[in-house]
Amino acid sequence: MQIAVCLKQTFDTEAKIKLTGDGQIDSAGVNLIINPYDEFAVEEALRLKEKLGGEVVVVSVGPAQVQESVRQALAMGADRAVLVSDPAVAPSDHSQVAAVLAKVLQSEPFDLILSGWVAIDDNAAQVPARLAEKLNLPQVNMAVKIEIGGGKATVTREAEGATEIVEVPLPAIITAQKGLNEPRYPSLKGIMQAKKKELKLLTAADLGAELGASQVKILQYSLPPARQAGKKIEGEPVDSARELARLLREEAKVI
Amino acid sequence: MIPLTEEQQMLQAMVRRMAREKLKPRAAEIDNTGEFPWDIVELFRENGLFGIHFPEEYGGSGGGVVDLCLAVEEVAQGCSDAAVILAGQALGSKLILLSGSEEQKRKYLPRIASGEFIPAFALTEPGAGSDNVSMQSRAVRDGDYYVINGRKIFITHADVADIFTLFAKTDPEKKARGISAFIINKGTPGLGIGKIEKKMAHKGNHACEVILEDVRVPRENLVGAEGEGFMEAMKILTTSRPVTAARAVGLAQVALDEAVAYAKTRVQFGQPIAKFQGIQFMLADMAIKVEAARQLVYNAAFLADRDYKSKEAQRASSMAKCFATDTAMQVTCDAVQVFGGYGYMREYPVERLMREAKVTQIVEGTNQVQRVVIARALLED
Ligand SMILES: Cc1cc2nc3c(=O)[nH]c(=O)nc-3n(C[C@H](O)[C@H](O)[C@H](O)COP(=O)(O)OP(=O)(O)OC[C@H]3O[C@@H](n4cnc5c(N)ncnc54)[C@H](O)[C@@H]3O)c2cc1C
Repeated sequence: MQIAVCLKQTFDTEAKIKLTGDGQIDSAGVNLIINPYDEFAVEEALRLKEKLGGEVVVVSVGPAQVQESVRQALAMGADRAVLVSDPAVAPSDHSQVAAVLAKVLQSEPFDLILSGWVAIDDNAAQVPARLAEKLNLPQVNMAVKIEIGGGKATVTREAEGATEIVEVPLPAIITAQKGLNEPRYPSLKGIMQAKKKELKLLTAADLGAELGASQVKILQYSLPPARQAGKKIEGEPVDSARELARLLREEAKVI
Repeated sequence: MIPLTEEQQMLQAMVRRMAREKLKPRAAEIDNTGEFPWDIVELFRENGLFGIHFPEEYGGSGGGVVDLCLAVEEVAQGCSDAAVILAGQALGSKLILLSGSEEQKRKYLPRIASGEFIPAFALTEPGAGSDNVSMQSRAVRDGDYYVINGRKIFITHADVADIFTLFAKTDPEKKARGISAFIINKGTPGLGIGKIEKKMAHKGNHACEVILEDVRVPRENLVGAEGEGFMEAMKILTTSRPVTAARAVGLAQVALDEAVAYAKTRVQFGQPIAKFQGIQFMLADMAIKVEAARQLVYNAAFLADRDYKSKEAQRASSMAKCFATDTAMQVTCDAVQVFGGYGYMREYPVERLMREAKVTQIVEGTNQVQRVVIARALLED
């Protein structure tokens, strides 16, 4: 079973995001991690490989520092990796990213392509769907359970407060939702081996990917408004209940 | 800071995350229940942490003192009881690793490196603490065996240990050169665990009395030559003191982090207490000490990896142990001060950190003894 995992590097979930003077995201001192949903995908790939044999190949697009996250996936147990590092690819342009990933995934046969359903930085959830379209593959989103057998994948997925069980022929693209598994830590042995594993660095040109001009321009970043302090209503219960009702209607406009 | 390899950075990142996700949530609970945390042993086994400092040929991952210090510092930031498990494993096995015969290494190290075997280090006696050389335990040759009698106290992990590195006198006439080291397996007739101490902190790791009554140990379990065990062990402490010191740095670092976070949120006189210069200067001093301690520790670890028998490495190891553990005591104590009355309460973590820091000034040679050693080297001609 040849499994590819598409992985993106994102800010640490614990990081406090700040903006620089010119309105860009300040990356100084911010820890970078594997997008947590992609980490579920890596773990699932490793478990499937342990059960069914084959190979797990990590595929990523991004600047050179992404190597760190890719190596982490290798330390978890992935067999090799391909990283397309090219300033011509705009990370915010999901169409470009998907085009590049598609080229990598077409360059060798895969039975299954896994990724997270969304990246926690831009929350776009665009790349897997675009990829499925470009590769003309069936896609199942937000998997919480994946079973493989007889050239098919049986996937339990989250759907609006319920679960749905879907069957797709392989190859297919399946995206991971929280709950699919609990990712392992890279073991010490894995860490020692990671450097010896193949990490192929490519550019878009190496792959012959036609990018064209980026169709996405980021105009402005802004932080969510700071939380306002709460309001404390004092007084006798009768009065304070009346006051609360008034505020809920007139200020919060919820009743 | 000494430069770290890519693997060391990955190790550090991995253990940091493990400490945050798996160890920190257990710390207060272990302190309350006083139960040995087998779940943490299992976690370390699964992730190969017990093998950090063993060569690959003995089932380890080929790291050294620096690697172990990196891991222990991160573990201690999550849970100091967990750090005792990792550091104690190193202390309990170092003599076999550095002075053992090839046969002993092949027999024991792979099982220690995998975490299957928990080792204990049994040196201290009721009447012989800092003055180890005055120990009373006796080992008498009897054909292919030694017969050992004696009593050890405060032996960490004795109740869960699979093997003991134990010291006893083979020649009471001689002082340090009359003490030999033995590997004793759990369950050997005559080997008993006595009193389990009630203590200030690290309640999950029990300090136990070990009683030896005519314990017959085969000659092949003698580590190093007869009369050399203790001298070797003293040199080997050069490799383990930086590890205890790294544990102290981890403790001091969490105490600092907790104090900073609390100072930003606690409001008195209409503003966060972090706005008061009196608090700011405390925090700054804490940060300076933690950083200085860390630099000493990794320098000592680096020197121990290069040549643990060198004078330079020994001196650095004593200095690092002394400074880092004194720092941990001061910084955890100051953290309680920053928290005010809340710091004194069990509901907040800093009083536990303060209790945990204390023992690092006492074990592996008290800080007075470290100063004695440092001064002796300074004054010798
Ligand atoms: C929690 C815990 C776990 C332990 N685990 C182990 C273990 O696993 N294995 C093991 O073998 N031991 C262990 N020990 C024992 C530890 O190593 C000893 O407690 C330590 O070496 C000090 O010995 P002591 O307690 O007899 O104190 P003492 O030697 O009696 O010292 C009392 C005081 O006198 C000071 N002092 C002594 N000599 C001098 C001097 N020459 N100059 C100035 N001051 C001096 C000391 O610094 C100390 O302040 C443990 C201890 C504790 C508390």
